[in-house]
Amino acid sequence: MSDASKIQAHRGMATWGETLVPLEDFREAAMGFGRRLSPEERASSVSEFVAADADPTPVEGPFERVAIFGGIYSNTHALGALLEDAAQRGADAVYCLGDFGGFGPNPEHVWPLLEAAGVKSIQGNYEAALASGRTDCNCGYTDPRDNQFADLSYRYTEQNCSAGFKVYMGGLPARRRIRVGTSEFLLVHGSPRRVNEFLFESTSPEPFLEALCTKVQVDGFLCSHTGLRWHRALPSGRDVVNVGVIGRPANDGRTDVWYTLLSAAGEGVEVEFVPLAYDHLALADEMRREHLPEEFVETVLTGWWTTCLEILPARERAASAY
Amino acid sequence: MTPGTSTSEAKAVDVQNSTPRVHLGSLDTLWFQVGGTLCNLTCTHCFISCSPTNHTHELMTLEQIRPYLDEAVELGVKEYYFTGGEPFIKREMEEIIRETLRVGPVTVLTNGLLLDPARCDRLAALAADSEYSFDVRISLDGYNAETNDAIRGEGTFDRILAGIKNAAAVGISPVLTVTEVHEDNGTDDGRRRFLRLLSEIGIDHPRLKFLPVFKLGAEAERTGAYEGWETLECGAADTWDHLQCSSCRMVTDLGVWVCPILVNEPSGRMGDHLADTLDGFPLSHPACWTCHVHEVTCRT
Ligand code: SF4
Ligand code: SF4
Repeated sequence: MSDASKIQAHRGMATWGETLVPLEDFREAAMGFGRRLSPEERASSVSEFVAADADPTPVEGPFERVAIFGGIYSNTHALGALLEDAAQRGADAVYCLGDFGGFGPNPEHVWPLLEAAGVKSIQGNYEAALASGRTDCNCGYTDPRDNQFADLSYRYTEQNCSAGFKVYMGGLPARRRIRVGTSEFLLVHGSPRRVNEFLFESTSPEPFLEALCTKVQVDGFLCSHTGLRWHRALPSGRDVVNVGVIGRPANDGRTDVWYTLLSAAGEGVEVEFVPLAYDHLALADEMRREHLPEEFVETVLTGWWTTCLEILPARERAASAY
Repeated sequence: MTPGTSTSEAKAVDVQNSTPRVHLGSLDTLWFQVGGTLCNLTCTHCFISCSPTNHTHELMTLEQIRPYLDEAVELGVKEYYFTGGEPFIKREMEEIIRETLRVGPVTVLTNGLLLDPARCDRLAALAADSEYSFDVRISLDGYNAETNDAIRGEGTFDRILAGIKNAAAVGISPVLTVTEVHEDNGTDDGRRRFLRLLSEIGIDHPRLKFLPVFKLGAEAERTGAYEGWETLECGAADTWDHLQCSSCRMVTDLGVWVCPILVNEPSGRMGDHLADTLDGFPLSHPACWTCHVHEVTCRT
C-alpha cells in the first residue's frame, strides 16, 4: 500500500484481524465482549483479588534489635566488619538476605564466617542457581558486554564454591518471618513474590508495596537484590526496607557499604541504615590476585558501578556516574 | 481470518477446553492506549496499523484516565505505561503524566518525532518533581537511515535521532525500542551496532529493548499473517505466568483489554472497569503463540 493510500485507508474503518471493517461494526463487536459486573460484584472481585494468601512460614523472635544485610558478594572484609559492628550495637540476631557470592574473590571464605556468627540466611538468586547446578547466571542483559561480566563472575563463583557449601545454600529457606517488638516482618531476597524481582525505590510505589504487605499479612518486609538501600514508611504505618548490599558500594561515590538495624520502638520499629567502613583496599588486592575484572575493582575503589547498569530505573540512573 | 470466524473459532476452541487460560496473578503493569490508534507515522510493521486517520481507538482524556488510576491504586499497580499511536499528539499528555506520576512510575512509548527541546525541558521538570521514575521509550528500527526508514518512513531516522538527542540533553536517558524487523537487529552484532550508534551521539550505557514482530495489522501485510498451526494448546507449558497478560491490562477509550497486543481483536476486550477483568483469559489468538515462544513482554 502506498503512503497516501495508507493514510486514507482507515477513514471510517477499523482493522479487525487482517480486514478493514466499518468502525461501528468493530465497536459493536468489541462491546459484546467482556464482563459487566454490578458495583457490588466489582467490589467483591477486588477484595478477593487483593486478599491475603496463607503463609506457613514460622515466626522467629521476638527480638528487640536485629541486624539485616544482603549481597555479601564474597566480600569477607565487609562481612567481618559488619559482624563486629552489629555485636557492638547490641543486635539480638543477624540475618542475611542472600547472594553470598558473585563479583568478589574466594566465595568459600564466606561460609565459616556465617556459621561462626550464627547468621540466619535465606536464599538469593545466586544460591538458588548454584544449588541447582546451573552453569550460567541467566542474567540476560541486552548489552553483550554486561552479559560477559555477569557470566564471568558467576562461573568464577561456581568453580570456587565447594559441593558442601552448595548443599548448605540449597538447604536455606526462601523466606523467613521475624517479630521485632510487636511487629511482624517478612524477609525476602527480591520481593515477597519472586526471588529475582528488582524493587528499586523509584519503581516501587506506595500502593504497590501496601498490596504486597496485605498479600503476605505483615507489618512490613525487608528485601535486597538491587544493591541500593531505601526505606518507605507507608501511609498504613507499615515499613518496607531494601537493605542494600554489603558486597559493593551503593553507586554513590563512597567506598562504604550499608546494612540495616531494625529496632523495636513503641508500637512500631525504628529503621536505621548503618554505613560500614571496611578494608576495601585489601578487598581490591585480593580481587586482583584472583584476576577478577579491573572494572569490578574500580567499583570497590571509587564507589561507582561500572557494569550492568541497565537494571537501574531512570531516577537511580540519573544519580549514577556512568 | 475474517472477522466473523475469528471470534466464533476462539469460542469453539474454548468450549472444547483445549485452549489454555492465563490467570491474572497480580496487576503490576497498567497500560493506557492514550494515543488511540492515531499516529503521525504509518510504519509498515505497526501491528495495530496506526495512522493519522485510524480512529479504531480514540485519543484518551485525563478525565477518562482518572477512574482507572483510582482503581489501580486499590489493586496495587506497580507501573504505568502510555502508548498509542503517538501519545504526544495528545495536548494533555504532560498533565496526564504529571497526575500518574503521583501514584507510580511512568513510561511513555513514543516515536520521538515530537520530542522538541521545549517539550523535553518540560518533561525533565515533570521527572524531577516526582519521587517515581519517568522513562521515555523511543522506537528505532534500524541503525542507519536505510534500514530504519524502510520501516518507519522516509526521513524518520534523522528525526528520531534528533528526538533522542533532545531527550538526552536534558538528562532523560531514553530506552530504545528495536523490533526484530531486520533479521540481525537482535543478535549480539546487531546489538553492538545500536550501542555504537548511540555512543556516537553521546549516550553511554543506553538501554535497549528488543521486541519480536507480531504478524498483525500492517505487519501482516508486510510479511504475511499467522499460520493455522501457530496456536497455543494446553500442555505446551505448565503455567502461563511468563506471559505478560498474567500481570497486565490495557485501557483504551473502549474499555479494558487483556494486553497491549490484542486491542484490534474484539475478543481481547474484557470489561469496562479493571475490576471486571481480574479473572483469566483464553489464549486462543495466534499472537499468543509469539508471546509464548519469544517470552514477550512489552514493558521495559
Ligand atoms: S509503530 Fe508506533 S510510530 Fe509506527 S505507526 Fe505504529 S504507533 Fe505509530
Ligand atoms: S497476545 Fe500475548 S499478552 Fe496478549 S493475551 Fe495473548 S499471550 Fe497474553
